[in-house]
Amino acid sequence: MVKVGIDLGSRTIKLVALKQGAISFHTVVESSFEPHRQALAFLEQHVPVRAVATGYGRHLVQQHAEVDVITEIKAHAMGARYFFPQCRTILDVGGQDSKVISLTAEGKVQNFQMNDKCAAGTGRFLEMMAVSLGYTMAEFGAAAAGVEQATPINSMCAVFAESEVVSLKNSGMPPAEIARAVHLAVANRLATMVRKVGYGDHLVFSGGVANSPIMVSLLAQELGVPVLVPDHPSIVGALWAALQAELLHHRDSPAA
Amino acid sequence: MSAFEVKSDPQLWEKLGMDVARFTGMPAMLTQAYTNIFLAQQNRPAKMAYFDGMVENIHTGRIHELMEAKEAGKPVIGTFCVYIPEEVVVAAGGVCVGLCGGAQGSIADAEKVLPRNICPMVKSAFGFKVGKICPYFQAVDFVYGETTCDAKKKTWELLDEYVPTHVMEIPQMKRDKDKALWLDEVKEFKVAVDKITGTETGFDELSQAIVTINAKRKALQRLNNLRHHNPSPISGKDMLLIEQIAFYDEPNRFVENVNALCDELEERIKQGIAVAPASTPRIMVSGTPMALPNWKLHNIIETSGGIVVNEESCIGTRYYKDLIDEGSTTLEQQLERLTERYMKIDCSCFTPNTERIDQVLKEYEQSGAEGIIDYCLQFCHTYNIEAVKLRKACEERGIPFMAIESDYSPDDVGQLKTRVEAFIEQIKG
Repeated sequence: MVKVGIDLGSRTIKLVALKQGAISFHTVVESSFEPHRQALAFLEQHVPVRAVATGYGRHLVQQHAEVDVITEIKAHAMGARYFFPQCRTILDVGGQDSKVISLTAEGKVQNFQMNDKCAAGTGRFLEMMAVSLGYTMAEFGAAAAGVEQATPINSMCAVFAESEVVSLKNSGMPPAEIARAVHLAVANRLATMVRKVGYGDHLVFSGGVANSPIMVSLLAQELGVPVLVPDHPSIVGALWAALQAELLHHRDSPAA
Repeated sequence: MSAFEVKSDPQLWEKLGMDVARFTGMPAMLTQAYTNIFLAQQNRPAKMAYFDGMVENIHTGRIHELMEAKEAGKPVIGTFCVYIPEEVVVAAGGVCVGLCGGAQGSIADAEKVLPRNICPMVKSAFGFKVGKICPYFQAVDFVYGETTCDAKKKTWELLDEYVPTHVMEIPQMKRDKDKALWLDEVKEFKVAVDKITGTETGFDELSQAIVTINAKRKALQRLNNLRHHNPSPISGKDMLLIEQIAFYDEPNRFVENVNALCDELEERIKQGIAVAPASTPRIMVSGTPMALPNWKLHNIIETSGGIVVNEESCIGTRYYKDLIDEGSTTLEQQLERLTERYMKIDCSCFTPNTERIDQVLKEYEQSGAEGIIDYCLQFCHTYNIEAVKLRKACEERGIPFMAIESDYSPDDVGQLKTRVEAFIEQIKG
């Protein structure tokens, strides 16, 4: 039996399938207008299946299919722990939300913080800023990594930051410097959240934004500890959901 | 159950000078929301029927009663705060009513005048008045305002242009000179109330009023103690509703019905009838008030697998935890003891305010809660900052704690649901 984990995020859907406890398939796709249909289609391809859903759309999937749900907070925390068993602090930055989770030594969620209703400091914010500078996401990160110079950006509201970027552009500042400034501002904000929750001698970074090498290095610099990123940071939550499906399967049918 | 319907009375509303065309849709919206949020609950106590009735009559029956009081020359005073010495109003034969201020719908009206970045409660309330869409606002002789926060005290100056607004200065410390100031303010308030009746209320009337309002607070204390039983015989949503109704119902009738409900809950506890299994994670909510119909957080918690077992809030224990000593022998002494009682309110407008931290911890123990969600209305700085101390106190004791900041709009419900569910997962371990 295939065990499936689905993470329906605000921007993308992450799918992980496990066979005999090993990842047999994983993917990240842009979420459509009706994200649960993508999830349902995937489930149909993998019958018989035991599945767990997480992320914003978890309850929607549950209304249409036999799945259990867990929150993305627990999924990312436990998923990070799967990759890094000593991990005590996880930063997950997705499309819409950023969260910091602290774990006990035994791996239980001790505390967490999530950004308030504001997209600044998330993947969506970086995307908007890249668009206003005419960059793709890859170019945006590379540009920021390629310069030392950066004028601080003050606005951490996505809408205000965009107008700040527009005025910097019109003052003649090179786009790469603005790109660096935006990355620094996000790194600052994320580091503040991490400090609020508290962290030890390293930090595990998951979610789509962890794919950006410049964000990883700015965070490590800011916090003064190594920032560890799993091989596929986007699928950390979906992977844990799949492992959870495995666990539930064994609990419900111990003979199998 | 399908018979539930918030009633309409366009003629009455017309008489009150309301925007009737605009208001006509309101009862249907409230009917819908109430049906989904309250009537959909499983295994509610039968005596909740009275409180359902209060909601059905919220724009009609209760308003008729207020108008009758007014026609008899009795004061009808609108309020937003637990600092109003309602005994003084009741002593004058009058009525105290909590005003509308818990809905998103009136905020656009307010933002035509007020800045956007102030608390949703102040904006909502102001919008209800300027939009003429709250029958209570239309019925009051004057609004009692206070100086508990910057947004309120400055909004009263603007509100006064639409409805007479009597502002009392609430001190921000609890020294003797602050208590003396507050006693003066209470005396001035009494003069303002007596002016409406044209007679001066004396010792006997105030004695009776103190007994009446004490009885209301005792009934709420009794109810709160019963709901602390595990498994809970009543939902947190129903409790919140009763706490909200406490601000606008006739006190004697309210007491009778709360006590009848308590009798039923005692019976339910004996028989082991509950609204959720004993294993349901028990959440205590602390923080800023939830004016009717702000049921957002309670609804999220109770549809995410938790149950709310206490409200450390102005709409909650802060309103009823303290009684007034009934043993006074002179009017002056009555007013002093009344003031003493009101000075025990641990609103975050006070500094220092360690009493509140102690109170939260005490209520956490008493309610058998397993975690605290500190609720803060957006831009309510005093509570928001005080959450820092509260978090520290909870962390030191290993109490699961989560602070959230929100408003009345539905746009963060998805995120809040994730946070609340994660908090419940955290409690379950």
